[in-house]
Amino acid sequence: MAKQVYYEDVKEGKEIPQLAKNPTTMQLVKWAGASGDYYQIHYDKDFAQAAGLPGVIVHGRLKSSFLGQLLSDWVGEGGWVKKIAVQHRGMDFPGEQLTCKGTVTKKYVQGGEHIVELEIWTENPRGEKTAPATATVVLPSRG
Amino acid sequence: MAEEIITDAMKKAIGTKTKPVKIEIEKGMIRKFVDSIEDPNPLWQDEAYAKKSRYGGIIAPPGLLMAAEMRGRGLDLPFQLPMGRILDGGGEWEYIKPIKPGDVLTVVDKIHDLRVREGRAGKMLFIVTETTWTNQKGELVARALGTLINY
Repeated sequence: MAKQVYYEDVKEGKEIPQLAKNPTTMQLVKWAGASGDYYQIHYDKDFAQAAGLPGVIVHGRLKSSFLGQLLSDWVGEGGWVKKIAVQHRGMDFPGEQLTCKGTVTKKYVQGGEHIVELEIWTENPRGEKTAPATATVVLPSRG
Repeated sequence: MAEEIITDAMKKAIGTKTKPVKIEIEKGMIRKFVDSIEDPNPLWQDEAYAKKSRYGGIIAPPGLLMAAEMRGRGLDLPFQLPMGRILDGGGEWEYIKPIKPGDVLTVVDKIHDLRVREGRAGKMLFIVTETTWTNQKGELVARALGTLINY
Protein backbone atom coordinates (compact mmCIF):
# COMPACT_ATOMS: atom_id res chain seq x y z
CA MET A 1 0.00 0.00 0.00
CA ALA A 2 1.15 3.47 -0.81
CA LYS A 3 2.19 5.94 1.85
CA GLN A 4 -0.69 7.71 3.64
CA VAL A 5 -1.68 10.98 2.00
CA TYR A 6 -2.55 13.89 4.32
CA TYR A 7 -4.81 16.87 3.81
CA GLU A 8 -1.79 19.19 3.94
CA ASP A 9 -0.14 17.30 1.03
CA VAL A 10 -3.04 18.06 -1.32
CA LYS A 11 -3.23 20.98 -3.72
CA GLU A 12 -6.21 22.09 -5.78
CA GLY A 13 -5.69 21.27 -9.46
CA LYS A 14 -3.34 18.43 -8.69
CA GLU A 15 -3.80 14.98 -10.21
CA ILE A 16 -4.04 11.89 -8.07
CA PRO A 17 -2.25 8.62 -9.02
CA GLN A 18 -3.94 6.84 -11.92
CA LEU A 19 -5.36 3.34 -11.84
CA ALA A 20 -5.21 1.27 -15.04
CA LYS A 21 -7.84 -1.41 -15.57
CA ASN A 22 -8.09 -3.93 -18.37
CA PRO A 23 -11.58 -5.37 -18.32
CA THR A 24 -11.96 -8.67 -20.19
CA THR A 25 -15.11 -10.65 -20.95
CA MET A 26 -14.05 -12.93 -18.09
CA GLN A 27 -14.00 -10.00 -15.70
CA LEU A 28 -17.49 -8.98 -16.85
CA VAL A 29 -18.72 -12.50 -16.07
CA LYS A 30 -17.00 -12.43 -12.67
CA TRP A 31 -18.58 -9.05 -11.94
CA ALA A 32 -21.99 -10.30 -13.09
CA GLY A 33 -21.70 -13.17 -10.61
CA ALA A 34 -20.30 -11.14 -7.75
CA SER A 35 -22.69 -8.22 -8.17
CA GLY A 36 -25.81 -10.11 -9.21
CA ASP A 37 -26.27 -8.15 -12.46
CA TYR A 38 -27.09 -10.76 -15.09
CA TYR A 39 -28.28 -8.42 -17.84
CA GLN A 40 -27.17 -10.24 -21.01
CA ILE A 41 -25.77 -7.17 -22.80
CA HIS A 42 -22.68 -7.69 -20.65
CA TYR A 43 -21.82 -11.26 -21.68
CA ASP A 44 -24.01 -12.43 -24.58
CA LYS A 45 -22.78 -10.88 -27.83
CA ASP A 46 -25.84 -11.93 -29.87
CA PHE A 47 -28.14 -10.45 -27.24
CA ALA A 48 -26.09 -7.24 -27.09
CA GLN A 49 -26.16 -6.86 -30.88
CA ALA A 50 -29.90 -7.55 -31.03
CA ALA A 51 -30.24 -4.71 -28.51
CA GLY A 52 -28.46 -2.42 -30.97
CA LEU A 53 -25.06 -2.44 -29.33
CA PRO A 54 -21.80 -3.15 -31.22
CA GLY A 55 -21.02 -5.97 -28.79
CA VAL A 56 -20.95 -6.71 -25.08
CA ILE A 57 -20.28 -3.63 -22.99
CA VAL A 58 -18.64 -3.07 -19.62
CA HIS A 59 -21.13 -2.69 -16.75
CA GLY A 60 -21.48 0.95 -15.72
CA ARG A 61 -21.30 -0.08 -12.09
CA LEU A 62 -18.10 -2.03 -12.68
CA LYS A 63 -16.59 1.24 -13.91
CA SER A 64 -18.03 3.03 -10.89
CA SER A 65 -16.43 0.37 -8.68
CA PHE A 66 -13.09 0.97 -10.39
CA LEU A 67 -13.49 4.64 -9.50
CA GLY A 68 -14.22 3.56 -5.92
CA GLN A 69 -10.91 1.69 -5.94
CA LEU A 70 -9.09 4.72 -7.40
CA LEU A 71 -10.31 6.71 -4.40
CA SER A 72 -9.83 4.12 -1.66
CA ASP A 73 -6.28 3.50 -2.95
CA TRP A 74 -5.58 7.22 -2.77
CA VAL A 75 -7.15 8.10 0.60
CA GLY A 76 -5.61 5.02 2.26
CA GLU A 77 -6.65 3.62 5.60
CA GLY A 78 -6.50 7.01 7.27
CA GLY A 79 -9.00 8.53 4.85
CA TRP A 80 -12.64 7.93 4.01
CA VAL A 81 -14.54 7.97 0.74
CA LYS A 82 -17.61 10.01 1.54
CA LYS A 83 -19.37 10.35 -1.79
CA ILE A 84 -19.07 9.28 -5.43
CA ALA A 85 -21.44 10.56 -8.13
CA VAL A 86 -20.92 8.91 -11.52
CA GLN A 87 -22.50 9.42 -14.93
CA HIS A 88 -22.28 6.38 -17.17
CA ARG A 89 -21.93 8.45 -20.29
CA GLY A 90 -19.95 6.43 -22.83
CA MET A 91 -19.82 2.72 -23.55
CA ASP A 92 -16.68 0.72 -22.90
CA PHE A 93 -15.77 -2.60 -24.38
CA PRO A 94 -13.84 -5.54 -22.96
CA GLY A 95 -10.31 -5.68 -24.37
CA GLU A 96 -9.83 -1.92 -24.15
CA GLN A 97 -7.87 -0.35 -21.34
CA LEU A 98 -9.74 1.91 -18.96
CA THR A 99 -7.67 4.42 -17.06
CA CYS A 100 -9.14 5.87 -13.89
CA LYS A 101 -7.94 9.40 -13.28
CA GLY A 102 -8.68 12.24 -10.91
CA THR A 103 -7.95 15.86 -10.13
CA VAL A 104 -8.43 17.71 -6.86
CA THR A 105 -10.96 20.51 -7.33
CA LYS A 106 -11.38 21.87 -3.81
CA LYS A 107 -10.18 21.40 -0.24
CA TYR A 108 -11.69 22.76 2.96
CA VAL A 109 -12.34 22.03 6.60
CA GLN A 110 -15.95 21.56 7.61
CA GLY A 111 -17.38 20.26 10.86
CA GLY A 112 -13.88 19.27 11.97
CA GLU A 113 -13.37 17.14 8.86
CA HIS A 114 -10.60 17.74 6.33
CA ILE A 115 -12.50 17.44 3.08
CA VAL A 116 -11.20 17.15 -0.47
CA GLU A 117 -13.42 17.28 -3.55
CA LEU A 118 -12.31 15.75 -6.83
CA GLU A 119 -13.25 15.28 -10.41
CA ILE A 120 -12.62 11.69 -11.36
CA TRP A 121 -13.31 9.70 -14.50
CA THR A 122 -12.63 6.60 -16.55
CA GLU A 123 -10.85 7.25 -19.82
CA ASN A 124 -10.78 5.02 -22.91
CA PRO A 125 -7.76 4.64 -25.24
CA ARG A 126 -9.10 7.51 -27.40
CA GLY A 127 -8.92 9.89 -24.46
CA GLU A 128 -12.71 10.06 -24.01
CA LYS A 129 -14.13 10.33 -20.50
CA THR A 130 -16.66 7.50 -20.49
CA ALA A 131 -17.68 7.79 -16.85
CA PRO A 132 -17.20 11.33 -15.55
CA ALA A 133 -17.73 11.64 -11.81
CA THR A 134 -17.30 13.83 -8.79
CA ALA A 135 -16.15 12.64 -5.40
CA THR A 136 -15.82 13.87 -1.84
CA VAL A 137 -13.28 12.31 0.51
CA VAL A 138 -11.99 12.96 4.01
CA LEU A 139 -8.24 12.89 4.61
CA PRO A 140 -6.32 12.76 7.86
CA SER A 141 -4.55 15.95 8.93
CA ARG A 142 -1.01 16.32 10.22
CA GLY A 143 -2.22 19.19 12.39
CA MET B 1 -46.23 15.02 -25.36
CA ALA B 2 -43.26 13.19 -23.96
CA GLU B 3 -45.00 13.12 -20.63
CA GLU B 4 -47.61 10.59 -21.78
CA ILE B 5 -44.96 7.90 -21.25
CA ILE B 6 -45.35 8.48 -17.55
CA THR B 7 -48.73 7.01 -16.65
CA ASP B 8 -50.78 7.88 -13.60
CA ALA B 9 -49.80 4.55 -12.04
CA MET B 10 -46.14 5.47 -12.52
CA LYS B 11 -46.67 8.93 -11.03
CA LYS B 12 -48.32 7.30 -8.03
CA ALA B 13 -45.28 5.07 -7.56
CA ILE B 14 -43.03 8.08 -6.91
CA GLY B 15 -42.13 8.14 -3.25
CA THR B 16 -43.43 4.67 -2.51
CA LYS B 17 -40.96 2.68 -0.47
CA THR B 18 -40.32 -0.99 -1.10
CA LYS B 19 -40.66 -3.59 1.62
CA PRO B 20 -37.36 -3.64 3.54
CA VAL B 21 -34.96 -6.43 2.63
CA LYS B 22 -32.29 -7.66 5.04
CA ILE B 23 -28.81 -8.46 3.73
CA GLU B 24 -26.12 -9.99 5.90
CA ILE B 25 -22.61 -8.86 5.02
CA GLU B 26 -20.19 -11.77 4.83
CA LYS B 27 -16.43 -11.90 4.33
CA GLY B 28 -16.89 -14.27 1.39
CA MET B 29 -19.26 -11.85 -0.31
CA ILE B 30 -16.71 -9.04 0.03
CA ARG B 31 -13.87 -11.29 -1.19
CA LYS B 32 -15.84 -12.39 -4.26
CA PHE B 33 -16.63 -8.78 -5.01
CA VAL B 34 -13.08 -7.41 -4.70
CA ASP B 35 -11.72 -10.39 -6.65
CA SER B 36 -14.08 -9.51 -9.49
CA ILE B 37 -12.90 -5.91 -9.67
CA GLU B 38 -9.27 -6.98 -9.00
CA ASP B 39 -8.78 -4.74 -6.00
CA PRO B 40 -5.97 -6.20 -3.84
CA ASN B 41 -6.37 -3.80 -0.88
CA PRO B 42 -5.80 -5.95 2.27
CA LEU B 43 -8.32 -3.84 4.21
CA TRP B 44 -11.11 -5.70 2.40
CA GLN B 45 -9.75 -9.22 2.90
CA ASP B 46 -6.89 -9.67 5.34
CA GLU B 47 -8.27 -9.91 8.88
CA ALA B 48 -4.86 -9.74 10.61
CA TYR B 49 -3.92 -6.67 8.58
CA ALA B 50 -7.30 -4.98 8.97
CA LYS B 51 -7.28 -5.57 12.73
CA LYS B 52 -4.40 -3.12 13.05
CA SER B 53 -6.20 -0.45 11.04
CA ARG B 54 -8.40 2.18 12.68
CA TYR B 55 -11.44 0.13 11.70
CA GLY B 56 -10.31 -2.80 13.85
CA GLY B 57 -11.22 -5.31 11.16
CA ILE B 58 -12.25 -5.91 7.58
CA ILE B 59 -14.58 -3.35 6.01
CA ALA B 60 -16.45 -3.33 2.71
CA PRO B 61 -15.00 -1.30 -0.19
CA PRO B 62 -17.03 1.60 -1.63
CA GLY B 63 -17.90 -0.44 -4.71
CA LEU B 64 -19.79 -3.12 -2.80
CA LEU B 65 -22.92 -1.01 -2.54
CA MET B 66 -22.84 -0.50 -6.31
CA ALA B 67 -23.53 -4.22 -6.76
CA ALA B 68 -27.08 -5.03 -7.82
CA GLU B 69 -27.38 -7.67 -5.12
CA MET B 70 -26.91 -5.01 -2.45
CA ARG B 71 -30.15 -3.39 -3.53
CA GLY B 72 -33.46 -4.38 -2.08
CA ARG B 73 -35.62 -5.00 -5.08
CA GLY B 74 -33.34 -3.92 -7.89
CA LEU B 75 -35.24 -3.81 -11.15
CA ASP B 76 -38.43 -5.10 -9.60
CA LEU B 77 -40.25 -1.83 -10.22
CA PRO B 78 -43.89 -1.34 -9.19
CA PHE B 79 -44.84 -0.70 -12.84
CA GLN B 80 -44.14 -2.11 -16.29
CA LEU B 81 -41.26 -0.44 -18.14
CA PRO B 82 -42.83 1.33 -21.13
CA MET B 83 -39.95 0.58 -23.51
CA GLY B 84 -37.79 -2.42 -24.29
CA ARG B 85 -34.22 -1.39 -23.59
CA ILE B 86 -32.48 -0.36 -20.41
CA LEU B 87 -29.16 1.21 -19.60
CA ASP B 88 -27.63 2.14 -16.27
CA GLY B 89 -27.27 5.92 -16.37
CA GLY B 90 -25.12 6.24 -13.28
CA GLY B 91 -25.49 6.86 -9.62
CA GLU B 92 -24.52 8.71 -6.52
CA TRP B 93 -23.31 6.84 -3.45
CA GLU B 94 -22.89 8.42 -0.05
CA TYR B 95 -20.94 6.50 2.58
CA ILE B 96 -21.78 7.46 6.14
CA LYS B 97 -20.35 4.66 8.28
CA PRO B 98 -18.10 1.65 7.65
CA ILE B 99 -19.85 -1.61 6.71
CA LYS B 100 -18.32 -4.71 8.30
CA PRO B 101 -18.74 -8.46 7.96
CA GLY B 102 -21.49 -9.59 10.31
CA ASP B 103 -23.53 -6.43 9.78
CA VAL B 104 -27.14 -7.01 8.87
CA LEU B 105 -28.25 -4.19 6.61
CA THR B 106 -31.85 -3.26 6.02
CA VAL B 107 -32.27 -2.02 2.46
CA VAL B 108 -35.16 0.12 1.32
CA ASP B 109 -35.64 1.33 -2.26
CA LYS B 110 -37.88 4.15 -3.36
CA ILE B 111 -38.75 5.68 -6.73
CA HIS B 112 -37.30 9.14 -6.30
CA ASP B 113 -38.14 10.69 -9.66
CA LEU B 114 -39.33 9.93 -13.20
CA ARG B 115 -38.38 12.10 -16.16
CA VAL B 116 -38.69 11.84 -19.92
CA ARG B 117 -36.10 13.26 -22.29
CA GLU B 118 -35.76 13.21 -26.02
CA GLY B 119 -32.47 11.51 -26.89
CA ARG B 120 -30.69 10.29 -30.00
CA ALA B 121 -32.51 6.98 -29.70
CA GLY B 122 -35.91 8.65 -29.28
CA LYS B 123 -37.78 9.08 -26.03
CA MET B 124 -35.88 8.08 -22.94
CA LEU B 125 -37.40 7.51 -19.51
CA PHE B 126 -35.09 8.29 -16.61
CA ILE B 127 -36.00 6.38 -13.48
CA VAL B 128 -34.21 7.69 -10.41
CA THR B 129 -34.33 5.36 -7.42
CA GLU B 130 -33.15 6.05 -3.90
CA THR B 131 -31.70 3.31 -1.75
CA THR B 132 -30.89 3.47 1.95
CA TRP B 133 -28.89 0.97 4.00
CA THR B 134 -29.39 0.86 7.76
CA ASN B 135 -27.38 -1.45 10.03
CA GLN B 136 -28.51 -3.66 12.90
CA LYS B 137 -27.93 -0.78 15.35
CA GLY B 138 -30.38 1.37 13.43
CA GLU B 139 -27.63 3.59 12.00
CA LEU B 140 -27.97 4.85 8.44
CA VAL B 141 -24.69 3.62 6.89
CA ALA B 142 -25.17 4.64 3.27
CA ARG B 143 -27.54 6.21 0.80
CA ALA B 144 -27.62 6.12 -3.00
CA LEU B 145 -29.44 7.52 -5.99
CA GLY B 146 -29.39 5.41 -9.14
CA THR B 147 -30.52 6.40 -12.62
CA LEU B 148 -31.94 3.79 -14.93
CA ILE B 149 -32.59 4.72 -18.54
CA ASN B 150 -35.44 3.00 -20.37
CA TYR B 151 -35.58 3.63 -24.12
